[in-house]
Amino acid sequence: MKFGRFLTGLGVLIVVGVAGAFVYAWKPEIAPIKPPERASFDQALIEHGAKLAAVGNCTACHTNPGGKSFAGGLTIPTPFGTIHSSNITPDAETGIGTWSEAAFQRAMRDGVGRKGEHLYPAFPYDHFTNVSDDDNRALYAFLMTRQPVKATPPPNELPFPLNVRLVLAGWKMLFFRDGAYQPDASQSEEWNRGAYLVDGLGHCGACHTPRNTLGAEKASLHLAGGEAEGWSAFALDGSSPAPVVWDEEGLYTYLRQGWHPDHGVANGPMSEVTGNLGLLPDSDIRAMATYIASIVGEPSAERRAKSEQLLQEIKSGPITSAIGNDQSALGGKGAAIYQAACAACHENGRPQPFGGLDLRLSSTVHAPDAQNAINMVLYGLPAASGRTSAIMPGFADVLTNDQLNDLLGYLRQHFTDQAPWGDVVQRAADTRTGKYHVSVRPSDGIERGPSNIGAEDQ
Amino acid sequence: MKLNVNGSTHEVDADPATPLLYVLRNDLELNAAKFGCGLGQCGACTVMVDGKAIFSCLTPILLLEGREIKTVEGLGTIDSPGPMQQAFIEEQAAQCGYCIPGMMMRAQALLQSKPDASDAEIQTTLEPNLCRCGTHMRILKAVKRARELMKTAAMAPASGERKV
Amino acid sequence: MNAPRFPNVTRRSLLLGTGALVVSFSLKDHAFAQEGELNVPAKPPEPVATGPKLPGSLADTPSLDAWIRIDADSSVTVYTGKAELGQGTKTSLRQIAAEELEVPPASINLITADTAITPDEGFTAGSQTVQNSGTAIRNAAAQVREILIQQASSKLQVPADQLKAQNGRIVGPDGKSIGYGEVVMTDMLHVDAQPKSKLKSPDAYEYIGKPFARVDIPAKVTGGPAYVQDMRLPGMLHARVVRPPSWFATLKDIDTASIKAMPGVVAVIRDGNFLAVAAEKEFQAVQAMRALTDLAEWEETPRLPNEQDLPAVLQKSESEQGVVAEAGGDFTGGITTFSAQFMRPYQMHASIGPSCSVAHLDNGTMTVWTHTQGVYPDRKAIAQMLGMPLDKVRCIHTEGSGCYGHNGADDAAGDAALIARALPGRPVKVQWMRDQEHLWEPYGPAMLTKVSASLDVSGKIVNWKYDLWSNTHSARPGSAGALLPGQLMASGFPPDKPVMNITPLGNGDRNAIPLYSIPNMRVLWHFVADMPVRVSSLRGLGAYANVFSIESFMDQLAKEAGADPVEFRLKHMEDPRARKVIATAVEAFNWSSDPMPEGRGRGFAFAKYKNHAAYLALAMEIDVDKETGKIRIPRIVSAVDCGEAVAPDNIRNQTEGGIIQSLSWTMYEEVNFDNTRIMSSDWSTYPILRFSAVPGTLDVHIVDNPGSPYLGVAEAAQGPTSAALANALANATGKRLYNLPFSPARVKATLGV
Repeated sequence: MKFGRFLTGLGVLIVVGVAGAFVYAWKPEIAPIKPPERASFDQALIEHGAKLAAVGNCTACHTNPGGKSFAGGLTIPTPFGTIHSSNITPDAETGIGTWSEAAFQRAMRDGVGRKGEHLYPAFPYDHFTNVSDDDNRALYAFLMTRQPVKATPPPNELPFPLNVRLVLAGWKMLFFRDGAYQPDASQSEEWNRGAYLVDGLGHCGACHTPRNTLGAEKASLHLAGGEAEGWSAFALDGSSPAPVVWDEEGLYTYLRQGWHPDHGVANGPMSEVTGNLGLLPDSDIRAMATYIASIVGEPSAERRAKSEQLLQEIKSGPITSAIGNDQSALGGKGAAIYQAACAACHENGRPQPFGGLDLRLSSTVHAPDAQNAINMVLYGLPAASGRTSAIMPGFADVLTNDQLNDLLGYLRQHFTDQAPWGDVVQRAADTRTGKYHVSVRPSDGIERGPSNIGAEDQ
Repeated sequence: MKLNVNGSTHEVDADPATPLLYVLRNDLELNAAKFGCGLGQCGACTVMVDGKAIFSCLTPILLLEGREIKTVEGLGTIDSPGPMQQAFIEEQAAQCGYCIPGMMMRAQALLQSKPDASDAEIQTTLEPNLCRCGTHMRILKAVKRARELMKTAAMAPASGERKV
Repeated sequence: MNAPRFPNVTRRSLLLGTGALVVSFSLKDHAFAQEGELNVPAKPPEPVATGPKLPGSLADTPSLDAWIRIDADSSVTVYTGKAELGQGTKTSLRQIAAEELEVPPASINLITADTAITPDEGFTAGSQTVQNSGTAIRNAAAQVREILIQQASSKLQVPADQLKAQNGRIVGPDGKSIGYGEVVMTDMLHVDAQPKSKLKSPDAYEYIGKPFARVDIPAKVTGGPAYVQDMRLPGMLHARVVRPPSWFATLKDIDTASIKAMPGVVAVIRDGNFLAVAAEKEFQAVQAMRALTDLAEWEETPRLPNEQDLPAVLQKSESEQGVVAEAGGDFTGGITTFSAQFMRPYQMHASIGPSCSVAHLDNGTMTVWTHTQGVYPDRKAIAQMLGMPLDKVRCIHTEGSGCYGHNGADDAAGDAALIARALPGRPVKVQWMRDQEHLWEPYGPAMLTKVSASLDVSGKIVNWKYDLWSNTHSARPGSAGALLPGQLMASGFPPDKPVMNITPLGNGDRNAIPLYSIPNMRVLWHFVADMPVRVSSLRGLGAYANVFSIESFMDQLAKEAGADPVEFRLKHMEDPRARKVIATAVEAFNWSSDPMPEGRGRGFAFAKYKNHAAYLALAMEIDVDKETGKIRIPRIVSAVDCGEAVAPDNIRNQTEGGIIQSLSWTMYEEVNFDNTRIMSSDWSTYPILRFSAVPGTLDVHIVDNPGSPYLGVAEAAQGPTSAALANALANATGKRLYNLPFSPARVKATLGV
């Protein structure tokens, strides 16, 4: 599929990488230190760092499901190969215990490890470079006071020449601009705070901005919708598929509590994000909402009117009865499946976040592609062990791909005004086999599902 | 419509939207699959369809025409229990026993597709199924024992000279 | 295939009519005031006229309410009023009877709770089945054996002292023998049990204490009918109830014509706020229930307390104060005084199978198949609710999903009876839905405890004050007001007035008295009569919160005294059996005070359940992830002394289960509510322990005491598990949690960053 383009890109990368190596690549080692004592950090600074680490969602990549926090080892599949996250506990041998603050600052700002090695951009330093020195200092204080864990992640599985870190210098030369966030004087303080969090530590664009063939975010399509761990990360700009228009209040509510009555619960990798944001003060959440709302922009009058009309319709209750008599008109099978397998939860009036969402409100069903809908129907929302969380059973082993196609075809037709998806059967097949990798997790945010439940065992 | 349950075909007179669980329990008078939540949250209703564990409480029969449905009744009988059943008896892995058939079917689906499933895989696989009596340790032991019994059972006919 | 085992299990032996030996005995001497509950009938009930005629003069001798019968075909039948709740009762009682009767356990026909044919044993609860019924059955069985030997002596012309019972026969020295059936064949012999029995010596045991497979498991793992949920009677209808959205809600006018017109619907029943639907097929009933739920409109009243403020709510609601224990009276001694406050939220039974019942009004008699813990009290409540005479109501115990106390079983039985009354001639099965079980079962009461104690220079406790605030833990049936349908129906029976009842068995005050030697002690129960959140018995009653408090505080005191927690306890413990159980657990665990890696801790706790049942000590090792607040448990070791261990594997099974269930309560469980509605309506909103959280290893060591009295064991682990976890957490992190549950969020918040 994309492999041809990828090979071309690879060629470019090699050439640029070799050139870059001479002018750009070499970085000195920063001397190791003895892991600092907890007492050497101010408690308030550590606590501030904890909040920042939550914004950065550090634990998501640096904790293996069921493993120790920040000890790394999580498998991160990329189009270029498999990367395993590093141990960022202060263990001297296997973690970052010997990193001075300067080394940490450099990693965040420039994407360079303590020994001078270039880091893979799976570590989103293209965003973290925005983080202020002060915030990095707090993050450092937080990470260096975690429980040290001795754990070495498995080696990355990358093809030559990508396994040569020097190549990354070329990538950086092409796509990476370092430097702390510079406020936009024409915007409010709140907006600037939001931009700092969203584009910096929050690295929202890492998922929500589309990437080019070399895996770099397309700057011109900032937050225009991307991909994360097998899920579509919906557009946060005007092209958002959300049936109800996102506004500042809606975004605030959603980011604050991880769900919104008009949008449903955060799922896929987003649930971890909203789970972590729980630590943030309201003011920061508000700032993020303000900034993102400005990206969403003012909807057209038509869009606004449609959104409001939908909310009115929702108020008058579910549309069960209509569906019940609808089977012949709308391709029968899908309607019957929805009615029998889905409606009991999705139309029983139980409110969010624990009830099934009225699918008229679902961004997933309105989305440009079927991937999230496939993921949700196949794998659902597994229960979060020991926490309250919305649960949706997966139907992977119940529905054949044809039945799934019937169902999604019906959902698309009945609940949206969007064109049908054309590739459900193929996508579903690729998702099931693991060719297209999907990570599945509960909706509560912190906890991951057990490995990639999506893929069939090899 | 016709349903293939435990190897035989049954003509069922029920609304196609009816969840499989009710058809199994009432129309076919099979007791093993249990009603627990009707929400896919507890696994008491777990049965196998085409070798995979599914929640029968949420699966309308209209999806199941021509597919192979298996319940605990299809694993053996009280007089001649199958390896999974034998393992649960040997480990005395039940208290009230209500959740057990669901556990057995989820474990059966795992071991059928992966006879050498690791202990950790067994534990992870059973995550969707709840037990309130706290029989978890024994259930895990029983499934591990079933893993061995199933291997023995699989080898026995092949060897051709099983001593009596 | 239709319900082969349910009605009238077997009365063949009753109706045989030829000779038989019956030894009658009383369970009442043992089964005094179960669970400290007052509504156990003081007198045995009158014989039931509609039931089968009781053998011989037994019906006229109701003081002897249980019996063992040997029939001419050598069959052995034991009648007891106990119910199988998944705790292995049917197996343990058979083992005991078989031991003294010298027959194989599986050959014994055991008849359990049925108001028409078995004695009134009140409730099967409080870990007392083996302790009470077992003891009585064993004595009676021994007497049966001796009578058989006496009788055989004359038949075989061999002196009795040369005869012995062996595998269903009486055998003489020369190999002469006679089967039990032959011995009893000619006469109808009916004997009352005597106070003294000739019991077998423990070293001759064949079944007691030996591995013995539970009789109910094979059917349960092969799809045999085992539960009331599995009943199918000819012509049976399926019913569903529609409950109000909240307590105190009232149903507005409703036109149910559209529901009645739905496919298969036979009836819509409305009686005040009671609403239900019955249909030919189960899924039709479910669909009608959904439609009826959409249709019904309710007037709700916000009357629930503020969940965030429960300690204050409980203290404010105190209606009465009772002295649980008072000793010494000098509260001035000691050099330092410490105090602490603990809180346990409302918690659920949360059975995996929602409550279910089948009822059938036939020829003026209402028969109810129910998984209640007490068929007699349930019958009384149902009869009152329906305005029917007692003898026209029959309750037959039929297993359900594990209940762990008073769950929705009785209410579902009431529902079924109320619906069946409207549909005479047709059996009706009511199956609750998941949310109905979660929202309407009576919860284990919230409890607040406060403890203060002083240490002297030598590090000994010199005084101890303990105060607990709690509702009653017993709101079981006995009257119609204890049944949900009884409360909901138009004629509305009021709930029974809660009564504070302080007895040695304990209720909210169960295990409120520490077993340790403390010279000056005062324990008070601040009784809260008002219960806007419906509560009743949950496994262990007050023992869970009381042992949690006491054993947490003991660790705190040990720390203040600079002593190892185990040593500190032993320093205050005189009971040798307690000391032995503690020593056993500690040794098996390899307990030490050695430092552990960061985030890892060990904890210990002990209690003698009810202070007169099983001894249980428990140690565990845990890992705490400060970043997530998650607790992992690599290993747990416990030791238990429940007297003579009748069924060791079953004791282990029950204890493992108790430990794991208590871990779930302790780590996760809490009923959430706002001012109007209960919010915990399913497993997504009331999470319980899943497989990913089970301990790495869990060992139960039995300290056997052959020949000593049985001590109830099934609930002994609930308290110590919670405290051991709290103590391990404190050991691992230096921070103690006082409020249950130890949810990840709470642990994380307590530990800080």
